[in-house]
Formats: sequence, structure tokens, C-alpha cells
Amino acid sequence: MTQVFAYIIHKDGVADDTALELIAAAKKIQADAQVTAIVTGSGSDLDAVCTEVAASYNEVLKIDNENLAYPNAEIIRALLLKMLPSDAILLVPHTTFGMDLAPGLSIKLDAAFVADVVEFEGLDGSTLKLVRQEYSGQVSTHVSCDISSGGVINIRPGAFAPDESKAASGTVVDKSSEAQGITVKRSYLETVVAEVGDVDITKSDVLVSVGRGIEDEDNIEIAHDLAEVLGADVSCSRPIVDSKWLEKSRQVGTSGQTVKPKVYIACGISGSFQHLGGIKGSPFMVAINKNSKAPIFQVADVGIVADILEFIPEFADKVKEMK
Amino acid sequence: MEILVCVKRVPDTAENEIEVNNDGSDISRDDLVYSVNEWDNYAVEEAIQIRDNVGGTVTVISVGDDDSEEVLRREMAMGADKGILLSDDAFNGSDGKGLASILKAEVEKGKYDLIMAGAQADAGAGQVGGMLAAMLDLPYASLVNKVEVVDDKKLKVGREVEGGNVEMNDIELPCVLSIQTGINEPRYVGIRGIRKVASVEIPVHNASDLGISPDTVGGAGSRVKVLDYFVPDLGEGAEMLEGSTEEIVEKLVELLKAKGGIK
Repeated sequence: MTQVFAYIIHKDGVADDTALELIAAAKKIQADAQVTAIVTGSGSDLDAVCTEVAASYNEVLKIDNENLAYPNAEIIRALLLKMLPSDAILLVPHTTFGMDLAPGLSIKLDAAFVADVVEFEGLDGSTLKLVRQEYSGQVSTHVSCDISSGGVINIRPGAFAPDESKAASGTVVDKSSEAQGITVKRSYLETVVAEVGDVDITKSDVLVSVGRGIEDEDNIEIAHDLAEVLGADVSCSRPIVDSKWLEKSRQVGTSGQTVKPKVYIACGISGSFQHLGGIKGSPFMVAINKNSKAPIFQVADVGIVADILEFIPEFADKVKEMK
Repeated sequence: MEILVCVKRVPDTAENEIEVNNDGSDISRDDLVYSVNEWDNYAVEEAIQIRDNVGGTVTVISVGDDDSEEVLRREMAMGADKGILLSDDAFNGSDGKGLASILKAEVEKGKYDLIMAGAQADAGAGQVGGMLAAMLDLPYASLVNKVEVVDDKKLKVGREVEGGNVEMNDIELPCVLSIQTGINEPRYVGIRGIRKVASVEIPVHNASDLGISPDTVGGAGSRVKVLDYFVPDLGEGAEMLEGSTEEIVEKLVELLKAKGGIK
């Protein structure tokens, strides 16, 4: 049976939510999968994480080295290349770290690579069948992956329900010696924390959120008008910030803010997983989009197929009229 | 600095609704508007700015069919000095590793200090840059949204990580970077700019020029294959409000009042 490994992301001595999601993903590949966790880091934080994940994994490989205090993908790639058997499956969360680590690792291991997997549909011999998405989630694909010489598989955070059974009581094995003598050509300096803007959208109860459908910088005004009459704040999706139409602190998504409003009004937002990943607490979601097939309609409570440039002003006028 | 930027011609998702074709073998490609992959366009702009600061040349490269030439020409109109098209029927259906190995063969024919690619393209995998770096044994940084040239041996780069924080790194040259959107403001390309480069020759290299055995690339050489395209059924989805705009607005106001969305 192919050995399955899971790379554990952690911070401040606590394992990331993905630690339990990877077990669930592994069990979708093979129902009786025995999964080995790989945890890299340094000092007491690392020990705490190893103890935490040992409740869920049969075996935990701990690699303690001061160079691993910050997860530099270049070092960890070299480390995993030394540690992993040639035909292993490695599951990695598809986070900014996983995206940095995994494609290159698959080349070094001569293993197949698949990014951002959202579902597995079985293993037939050495052919793994899985589901992923293309075009920002507008279409899905069934994909076959030949893992006869191993596989590095990146798993979308949140796509698999965490395995909370904690039934393993695994052993922690110290593999720190593997980290000796690794030198790389990229060094971590510091993390610059994102600037805080004039409006803290993480505290807002109601958000009017605009996406590409707003079309032009001048049209942002209609979102501000609507927000004003609703007593809401204006947030946005990534393309609006890339275009410099709104400040970064108003961006909802995995690379922006995580918001938890009561009501979320998505205007001209298609609904990529990176955007939806920034919305927590199951708000009442209204989606307005002229593309009836936009993925946002799959997750919204109420949908309206309309051009936001026409719809939003009428909507704002109606609310004003009532007041 | 000698800079190579990998670019791809893709359906423009801002201009098209992407749908699955009748037999699920592909997306529906009738009447699609194509353009340069958005991430790649930011990478080319960054390369041009670096060249304008420290000197050197910017070469844009693409794996694709004859139509990809227009994308290379567009990026040359932006300011890239040279274009190279890698084209062969044998390349069709290549997975990420196949694409990276085709690019690697061309990279090894030149001498580049910095290789850039968009952080992802239409399939959303974000894999080719990292694979190319590994094949070339070069250091790699992904999701880069800040580049500062320290000297001819080193860059300081920022990677955009969760929460919009920026992870700063030193990285030795030569290296490979994948570029995140928002790193700069790509310049506008007018029709005059395109005309200026219309007659510049863009060399086309095929599998044999690159010394690539056809069975190692394309569908034949791929371990990862797309079987079919489909639209997932994610349960009920939204309750769609229909009727005249006035009727919809009225219903929406009622719903929002009930949910606390109107104060």
C-alpha cells in the first residue's frame, strides 16, 4: 500500500485547521489509509503541535531545527526530498506556503503533481481520480493522476470536512537529524503586516461588496451610495484592489480580510474560492451578477441576475424612499 | 539583467462566461475572447520596469499555437525586447510538468538572470514556475508582489501571504519568480504600439529544435490528465428573485429587513 504523508501547517504552537482536513482527504483516497504527519519547526511551539496532531495521526515525524522556525519552502523542499520514500503520496494544504513548496518538490521527487484538489473519486491501481476547478471556479474537471512513482497533491483548505475523531494516539518520532546540512539560496527576512485602513470591514454587520462587474473606478460611487442608505460598509474582491480603485484593507478573501457580517451583498463578484474563503459565520448572502452561471449563485441565499450598474442605484433609491 | 517572462494566451474571464461544451470534453470555445493571462501581464510590466532601472533585455516566451504570437507581440508592444514562440503539435495536451520541460529546453539555450511567470493561469494550478525552477536547480519564490534589485547577485522579494501580509525574502540570482497581480500597474498598449512591433520577427522553435522527444511531452507524456469538464451540482444554490426590477427590489428590501441588512 502506498504510504500517505501529510504536511502540517501551524502557527504559534497551534495546528492549522487543514491538519484535520488532510486526514479526511487521505481517507477519501484509501478508506483505511494510515497517514503520517510531518511537522517542521523549532522549540516548544513545535512540541505542542506534535502532541496535538498525534491525537489524530498514527505517526508524527518531528523535525526540529532553528532554521525551520519560519517555514521557508526552499529548505522544507530539500528536507522532504531527503525524507520521503520514492512512491509516497504527500498531501499539502493549497495555501501560499503549499503553492511555494509543492510544484518544485514533485519535480525533485519525480512524482505527479495536482494543485488545489477539492474532491477525490477513488484510487484504481495507480490511477487516482479527483476533482478540481478551472477558470476561478466557473467549471470543474475530473482529473486522472498516475501516482505509480508517487504524488504530491495540494488540497484546497476547507474543501474536506475535518476528521475530528482523534482516534489515533500516534507516536512522535524525532527526525531532526534530517534537517542537518541543508543550505538554500533564499532566506526569510521578516513579515510586513498589512496596513489597517480607515474602515475595519472585519467589524461590519452589513457589507456591500463590489467585484469586477463594477467595470470602472467612477462606478464605485454607487456602492458607497447603497452602503450609506443601508448603514453598511463597502468591501471588494481582489481585482478592485489590483486596479487600485479601493484600498487593500477593504479586500475580502484569503489574501485580504476575513469578515463575519450578518448580511453580505456581493455585487458583480463571480465568487472564486479565494474570495469565499474570506467570508465566515454564514451571513445571509445576496448575489447580484449579470452572469447567471457565476459560481457565487451556488453559495448565496438569494440571487439576482442583473447588471449591477443599473440595479444598485434603483435598489438604493427604493431604500431611501422607505426612510 | 537578462530577464525571461513566460506568458500564456488564455480566454479572458472578464470578457467571457466560461461554459462547458456539449460533450463535456472542453469548455465551449466558440466566440471566446482571448488575451494574455492577467498574471503574466503583471510579470512583463515588472520585467520592463526592472530593465529600465538596471539595464538589460526582456524576452517574452510562450508555449502555444500560432495564435499565441499575437500575445507575444502585445507584450513586445508594452516594451519587451524579444519574443520566442515554442510551438509543435506534440506539445498539445501537456500537463504542468510537460510545459515546464518545454520551457526549460529553451531557457538552457540562453543565459538568463531572472525568469518570471504569472502566479497562475486559466487552469488555476500555479505550477509551472515552481516546476521550472526545480528543473533548472534555481531558487524560487511564488506569489511575489514586490521586487527590489539589491545588486547583480541578489534580489529582495515580497511574497503575498494570507491576510495580505508580505513575507520578505532575499533570493540569489539567477532565480525564478511567480508574480501576483497588483504588483504594479501594467501600462496600456495602444494600436500604435502594436503596429510598431508588427514586423518584428518572432522565432518559432519546435520539439526537434529544442531537442525534446515528443513522447515526453503533450498528452503522451502527461501523468495528469483532464478527463472531462462539468458544472458541479452544489445543492440548492440561491433562491433566484425574478420579475421586473421594481418587483425584485421590493422583495429584496423585505428580505433584508428581516435579516437585519437595513438599519
